[in-house]
Amino acid sequence: MSAPARPAAPPVRVRPERGRWRATLRLLLSSPPSLFAVLVLLAVVVVALFDEQIAPTGFNEVDVSDRLQPPGAGHWFGTDDLGRDVLSRVVLGAKVSLQVGTVAVGFSLVVGVLAGLLAGFYGRWIDAVLMRLMDVLFAFPAILLAIAVIAVLGPGTTNAMIAIGITYTPVFARVTRAAVLGVREQVFVRASRSVGASDARLLLRHVLPNALPPIIVQTSVSLAFAVLAEAALSFVGLGTQPPAPSWGRMLSEGRGYIDLAWWIAVFPGLAIVVLVLAFNLLGDGLRDVLDPQQRSALEAARHRPGRRRRAEVRR
Amino acid sequence: MTDDVLVRARDLQVHFPVRSKGLRRKVVGAVRAVDGVDLEVRRGETLGLVGESGCGKSTLGNALLRLVEPTGGTVEFDGADVTAMSRPALRALRRRAVMVFQDPYASLDPRATVGQTVAEPLQVHGLHPGARARASRVAELLELVGLDASVASRYPHEFSGGQRQRVGIARALAGEPDFVVCDEAIASLDVSVQAQVLNLLRRLQDQLGLTYLFVSHDLAAVRHVSDRIAVMYLGRVVEVGPAEQLAADPQHPYTQALLSAVPVPSPALERARRRTVLAGDVPSAAAVPSGCRFRTRCPHAFDPCPDVDPALQAVGAGQTAACHLHGVVGSREARV
Repeated sequence: MSAPARPAAPPVRVRPERGRWRATLRLLLSSPPSLFAVLVLLAVVVVALFDEQIAPTGFNEVDVSDRLQPPGAGHWFGTDDLGRDVLSRVVLGAKVSLQVGTVAVGFSLVVGVLAGLLAGFYGRWIDAVLMRLMDVLFAFPAILLAIAVIAVLGPGTTNAMIAIGITYTPVFARVTRAAVLGVREQVFVRASRSVGASDARLLLRHVLPNALPPIIVQTSVSLAFAVLAEAALSFVGLGTQPPAPSWGRMLSEGRGYIDLAWWIAVFPGLAIVVLVLAFNLLGDGLRDVLDPQQRSALEAARHRPGRRRRAEVRR
Repeated sequence: MTDDVLVRARDLQVHFPVRSKGLRRKVVGAVRAVDGVDLEVRRGETLGLVGESGCGKSTLGNALLRLVEPTGGTVEFDGADVTAMSRPALRALRRRAVMVFQDPYASLDPRATVGQTVAEPLQVHGLHPGARARASRVAELLELVGLDASVASRYPHEFSGGQRQRVGIARALAGEPDFVVCDEAIASLDVSVQAQVLNLLRRLQDQLGLTYLFVSHDLAAVRHVSDRIAVMYLGRVVEVGPAEQLAADPQHPYTQALLSAVPVPSPALERARRRTVLAGDVPSAAAVPSGCRFRTRCPHAFDPCPDVDPALQAVGAGQTAACHLHGVVGSREARV
């Protein structure tokens, strides 16, 4: 256009199928909340991967003479009731929290979505059997069910993840089934069937993508719950075993000292908040970018800042 | 004779069970959406299928392609019994016999690009394998229906109703079918766009030698595009004939009433002509009247009507009607 400094328009995509993922990613990162979320998650992953190198001290270096120190130069996040460095424990707890979140939710996502898809799409006895099974799981209070699962499998972080995964499976099954029931009746599903598409193709290419938005939202909500559930399980001694740190454990342990030493609970709590917030923002961003209609609106909006900048120059 | 008939339905029935409320959900009755239809669609012709809403014409269109499972009777497609087809045979049928749907806003997956939608039959049937070959076939199809090949990467919401219907037509034609059921394909379009789509369908028929079943409640449009017309009432075909002949000289009282409801584009003529106005409502398809199903609203109902279910009989050259006024022929046993 008129501004010579503007970079040339990107070349027309010859094979749009290939460039779409990259374009989607670029669009996702162009929205500030999503960018923030991605950066935070990357940071947490890096911290979790290199926790030993990053943490100033080991996770269990007790120094009773240095106990309950407020945040300061020596200990940025202070020390806990045993004189352990809270910063180090937060860093070392990242791995557990991240793992519990992703593995547990990943499990319930895969199993629950599959069950919901089949139940919603086929109906009849498949629906009855699968959903009654889910109802049985759902009837137990979440923590009680997780405790029961751990009672069978034995305590430990891995088993806690499985237990949490099982606990949240019915939620995904129900959310997916509800969405599938709506999509199943759409004309475009019948249209695909009328040209000979198989059930598997209908489910994966048409029903699942259109049922995705509530599933994405449920995923980001569940990630948050999973991190907290791990805390609860650890609190009753069934999750991460002491003295190994996890954010949830530190939060519940620090609760008793909240009047005396707020930093013991607040910093792991903050870490949970930031992680959960990042998951939620990413979920929202993904949902928008994956919806073609929203996407067109986003792409149109992206050109607006440029126009504003030119207007300012003129002024 | 058999040779020039592409699709033949014999005593085709589609009944939907009516279940009681409550836990048992016992079957207490049936809605007879299609109730004993005999119909032939000849190669290369356009057969218009008209009738008021709820008469079962869409269900009939779906049942011919076995998109709805028939309860009884048979459908032959090119000599093969569709109702007895195995899964692979049915899949092969889905390439040769396709449907264009009514609502172009609902019949395209909003999350698939136009290219993906049009390419679906190609992928399903393994036609034009390879991404490049498929893309060029998609481009060809889009141009065939009057769209630019570059729209393949765009999403349905970026298009108007008429354009979307063109995409739907391109998808239907992707597998080079012989038979296309247009299920109210123009009903939800603007009038100006309707004409464009009708002309497109006609051009494609000439170009590709297609056979159409044109399902519509719009008698004027059907008259315009069809070679022959079949009139449906309450799950049964009551009259079939060449389009102009049937329009000029309808033999079944229902067809007469239907035609007299079509406005004439001349105020003088419109005032002068006699109109047959039907009394009452269409009976429920769950409680079809005995004998002739039209007798409850027929101005000419007489003795045999409540007892004998009329069969289609010849009433003119290539024209058949199911009415006792043309001689009592009740080969069908009376259905309750």
